[in-house]
Amino acid sequence: MMRDTVILRVVVKLLLPAILIFALYVQFHGEYGPGGGFQAGVAAAAAIILYGMIFGIDEAQKVVPRRIVNTMIPLGVLIFAGTGVASMFLGENYLNYSPFASKPVNGQHVGILVVEAGVFITVASTMLAIFYVFGGRADEADQRADEAGKKGGEG
Amino acid sequence: MTVFLADLNYWVTIFLMIGGLYIIAAHGNMIKKLVGLSIFQTSVYLLFLSPGKVLGGTAPIIAPGFEVYSNPLPHVLILTAIVVGVATIALGLALVVRIHEAYGTIEDDEVQEMEAD
Amino acid sequence: MLAAHLPALQVVIPLLAAPLCALFRRGFIGWLIAVVANWLAFAASIGLLFRVMNEGVISYAMGGWAPPIGIEYRVDMINVFVLLVVSGVGAVIIPFARTGTAARFNDTDQAWFYTMYLLALTGLLGVTITGDAFNIFVFLEISSLASYVMIAMGRDRRALTAAYQYLIMGTVGATFIVIGIGLLWAMTGTLNMADLAQRIPEINHTRPVLAALAFLAVGISLKLALFPLHLWLPNAYAYAPAVASAFLAGTATKVAIYLFLRFFYTVFGGGEFFASTPIPAMFLALSIVAMFAASTVAVFQADVKRMFAYSSVAQVGFITLGISMVSDAGLTAAMVHLFNHAIMKAGIFMLLGAVMFRLGSVKLEDMAGIGRKMPFTMAGIVILGLGLIGTPGTSGFVSKWWIVLAALEKDQWWLVALILVASLITMIYVGRIVEVAYFREPSAKAVTLREAPLMMLIPAYVLVAATIYFGLDTEWSVGLAQRAAAALLAGTY
Repeated sequence: MMRDTVILRVVVKLLLPAILIFALYVQFHGEYGPGGGFQAGVAAAAAIILYGMIFGIDEAQKVVPRRIVNTMIPLGVLIFAGTGVASMFLGENYLNYSPFASKPVNGQHVGILVVEAGVFITVASTMLAIFYVFGGRADEADQRADEAGKKGGEG
Repeated sequence: MTVFLADLNYWVTIFLMIGGLYIIAAHGNMIKKLVGLSIFQTSVYLLFLSPGKVLGGTAPIIAPGFEVYSNPLPHVLILTAIVVGVATIALGLALVVRIHEAYGTIEDDEVQEMEAD
Repeated sequence: MLAAHLPALQVVIPLLAAPLCALFRRGFIGWLIAVVANWLAFAASIGLLFRVMNEGVISYAMGGWAPPIGIEYRVDMINVFVLLVVSGVGAVIIPFARTGTAARFNDTDQAWFYTMYLLALTGLLGVTITGDAFNIFVFLEISSLASYVMIAMGRDRRALTAAYQYLIMGTVGATFIVIGIGLLWAMTGTLNMADLAQRIPEINHTRPVLAALAFLAVGISLKLALFPLHLWLPNAYAYAPAVASAFLAGTATKVAIYLFLRFFYTVFGGGEFFASTPIPAMFLALSIVAMFAASTVAVFQADVKRMFAYSSVAQVGFITLGISMVSDAGLTAAMVHLFNHAIMKAGIFMLLGAVMFRLGSVKLEDMAGIGRKMPFTMAGIVILGLGLIGTPGTSGFVSKWWIVLAALEKDQWWLVALILVASLITMIYVGRIVEVAYFREPSAKAVTLREAPLMMLIPAYVLVAATIYFGLDTEWSVGLAQRAAAALLAGTY
């Protein structure tokens, strides 16, 4: 953890909003140009991960707790798969977005936005979960080593 | 030489493919094996992306004034393959962490030695 | 309306159920969701079977994008047969899963286990049903990643190294497959398999297509555990939790075999082209080595789960032997044995799970005398073991009968002799278990043993009953297999 490095802390605080805005830009621009949920999700997760690397994983978990991350992973998949089921109920093939609006073209717009939202949620939270699990594991291992050391010292 | 340069993509693909496989086979360290696996998978990305480029074509976004577009399909496929690769490496590394906790080593031969007795 | 969407529902039901399990994070609810989803998936397979029998090949355009541009789900006699095996074996295993899983894991881990199980099921069904070559790779990796996690959840620490080894080899195999698919795509510009099947035969002598053939052959052989590429299998099956062993032994290698048939018979242009490649000769040699070497290794195993894992390698050898014959009878034998072996091996691993649940070990020495303590469990293992040997009256006999028939058709008497000798080796290791379990004094551990709970016995006995039933009435198993074999040889899709 780099709590003492003033330059990094200031720069990261300045960068964070920019990264998150860029993630949202990539997310919503993905319908017309290069971009989409995958890239946006990774970018958004990168912002939180960067924050966690500079200010400590505990601080990052205050912003996005593990519990929320673990709920968001399946939620995104459900949104994606549920969109497909919705199109089935509207009488079209699985994942055909056309019936979501009055005109098929508009329906495709709506559908891809919802699906990409699902992708964004799952990808961002999966990236965070991987970071938390690996990062947290090291902390837990350190704690265990510390406790073992203390016990050894007392003995 | 021109033949070599014209197919540079494919030479790099072959180099990465064989290099990755060699690392997987030759190294006993579990992390290094995963690095090799990652390199091996990367060669596939290049293999798919190379034929998708159309010479003189632009990015596949419909815009006035452009007639020739590169093939967007390999990019979509490889985006998926990259996600699969990330998941594989993450799971592999998680297993290595657990193996380290259970055995105290991540060397293949040492683990096998411990299991032998 | 429902019937029209069956191809999508087949995959979507378990896919939707998996995140639901993860969302609730309760063991019992997760199990309930898994049971419902798996049974619905089985119902969907049966529905698809009737639709295929009535109206022929079904094509379903994902997202309404017409094939070959969009992803197509395509169901014909060949893959509906495999779909039935996968979802059917799963549907029997999943009620069994509750007892053992609840005893070992906490609530959250149970929910994750069922999530992984459902994802593995989704992946295997997806590989089987999809008509898009790249989609195969994606589904294959979904099922593989989920199975690595399931295997790593075994109680022994060796489960971790087994899962790691499987991850490395499985990923190399899947990457080989995707390299092959990439070369095919570069040559034809299409990923739709029906489309590929039309375009490849014209150019199947060109170098990139032959390279693709080689990559696919090695990659898929790794996944189906063909003899020298089987090294991941014994440890993975031996140390995985019982549910995972039973499910993977019953389905994972079978789906890989389907994939092999689909690529080499359908896509590359029917039996004629396959016979002109050196692959059948190599398969013949490797299958025979597998039947003998793996069976022999199985005889000397101290761990019974590991013993039957090696036996799986040998039994896959019987299936690939059928494939290598490139004849109607040979392919029928392969398809029938694919079906019968899935049932028998899943049943055996379930009953061994019951032994593990009561005894805490499946070492041969610990199992001494348990035939008297757990009569139903051991009787089940013996019946299924007789099936593996190929005793008349069990489904194993039907498979062996067709393989022998295929060999006789080609006047290969030496092959018939080899098949019979290989069956004898099977008899030795099954016999070892019978000897230890019935004719030895119970070990100290086994004295206080009770019969396995009904929740475990009933599902396992469904498979035992199926083994006997399909040994007596072959109308369904052989009938469907014959139609699939004819479609394969003709290369129709």
